[in-house]
Amino acid sequence: MYPSRFRYEAPTSVDEAIALLDANADAKVLAGGQSLIPMMKLRFASPAVLVDINNIGGLDHHRADSDGTFHIGALCRHADLEKSTILADHQPVLAAAAPLVADPIVRTRGTFVGSVCHADPQGDWASCMVALDGSIIAQGPNGRRSINVKEFVSGPFQTVLARNELAVEAVIPPAVGRRAGGYLKLERRVGDFATAGVALALDLKGDVVANAGIGLTGVGGQTIDASDAAQALIGTRLEPEAVDVASQLAASASSPRSDHRGSADYKRHIISTFVARIIAGVQREEMQVAS
Amino acid sequence: MTSLFEEVPPAASDDIPTTRVQINLNGEQRAAQIEPRLLLAHLIRNGFRLTGTHTGCDTTNCGACTVLMDGQPVKSCTVFAVQANGHEVMTVEGMATASELHPIQEGFKDEHGLQCGFCTPGMMLSAKALLDENPNPTEDDVRWALSGNLCRCTGYQNIVKAVLWAAAKMRGEEPTGTAPRTDAGEDA
Repeated sequence: MYPSRFRYEAPTSVDEAIALLDANADAKVLAGGQSLIPMMKLRFASPAVLVDINNIGGLDHHRADSDGTFHIGALCRHADLEKSTILADHQPVLAAAAPLVADPIVRTRGTFVGSVCHADPQGDWASCMVALDGSIIAQGPNGRRSINVKEFVSGPFQTVLARNELAVEAVIPPAVGRRAGGYLKLERRVGDFATAGVALALDLKGDVVANAGIGLTGVGGQTIDASDAAQALIGTRLEPEAVDVASQLAASASSPRSDHRGSADYKRHIISTFVARIIAGVQREEMQVAS
Repeated sequence: MTSLFEEVPPAASDDIPTTRVQINLNGEQRAAQIEPRLLLAHLIRNGFRLTGTHTGCDTTNCGACTVLMDGQPVKSCTVFAVQANGHEVMTVEGMATASELHPIQEGFKDEHGLQCGFCTPGMMLSAKALLDENPNPTEDDVRWALSGNLCRCTGYQNIVKAVLWAAAKMRGEEPTGTAPRTDAGEDA
């Protein structure tokens, strides 16, 4: 399969990239290309100009500030996060998700920020961003703005990014207390779209949940923010009753469709099971830390 | 798949922009004038005529087209050739020398790690990327590293054995083969 013709530009600075986006109405940013190139081959996408940002320096970072704010640059690959030595300490949800994104070969190219910008309801990182209340930093001709992921994604494969803006970084706010949580995904085989997935983030003060977030993958027209379920955990000590309520609320928040990956009921069942399972994992870790 | 390549629109004219790329392919500097939409897999196979890189699914699923770009495995059907400009690319043709197989290739031979052979080049390059980083992998490590490569013949058992065989050989140990040798005596 061959994509439609396009003009190829390979800027070496963010300003240059933004100028190219500003000057070309039908331009698309190429980062890892692991979703865009397949879509171009299938001609779902046929941009007139492709702005390849891979030659721009200083975008491949992921780091934590001293206050715990976490930054992921536009060229940070899934594999960089998977191999990261700092991720598990700072962002257990991301550390759990990194080895589950696509397959190992795709992970060497694909990027975290690109995945969020692709806004596929099947995207693992978007669910993590929702659970962690992350934001995308968009840079345009008039400077930078920060867009919370819940406003950033406006529909399936749609974001509020202006056509002359480049998503330069994802930012995750610091934990209130100690950050815990995880990511679970059911897939028929490595690299397949998720049957269902759950990202669950907990900020713990002592054994009390100070803050929580839950994002659901692949069970609706876009990434789902199960905020009622998360709210049900805040202020609790993760007692079985609270976990049960949150599991049920998360399942209710999902709106899966029956397809060859499973029935809607089955997928809702997976969502509630995964919520309980991630919390059980957190409790096991807490007990190990305590003993 | 030569006919597919011939379906590409004809050679560049003035209104079709082309760009020059220079790629270190298996240690050799190769240059080509290409349209930016040409995929790396097609440049390798149809441009440079190295047909060891196979295109299987053409949809980023199967991993048959895996090559190493700067030592990292990539699906060459999902990278534009222009993106490889100035980079090092290794295909299966770069693994063996004229007189000697790469230990990974020897492992696949010794452990019967292939049947039809279509997925094998991609498997071996994914395996090479693993062993370059981790010379002493567990079986789980091998299965993890190969999880982006589909094989529809073997059931993977002998592929995993082949990579473990190669890992032992590359560490300088005597690989303990499990598959019965059918060519015993031939090599002696």
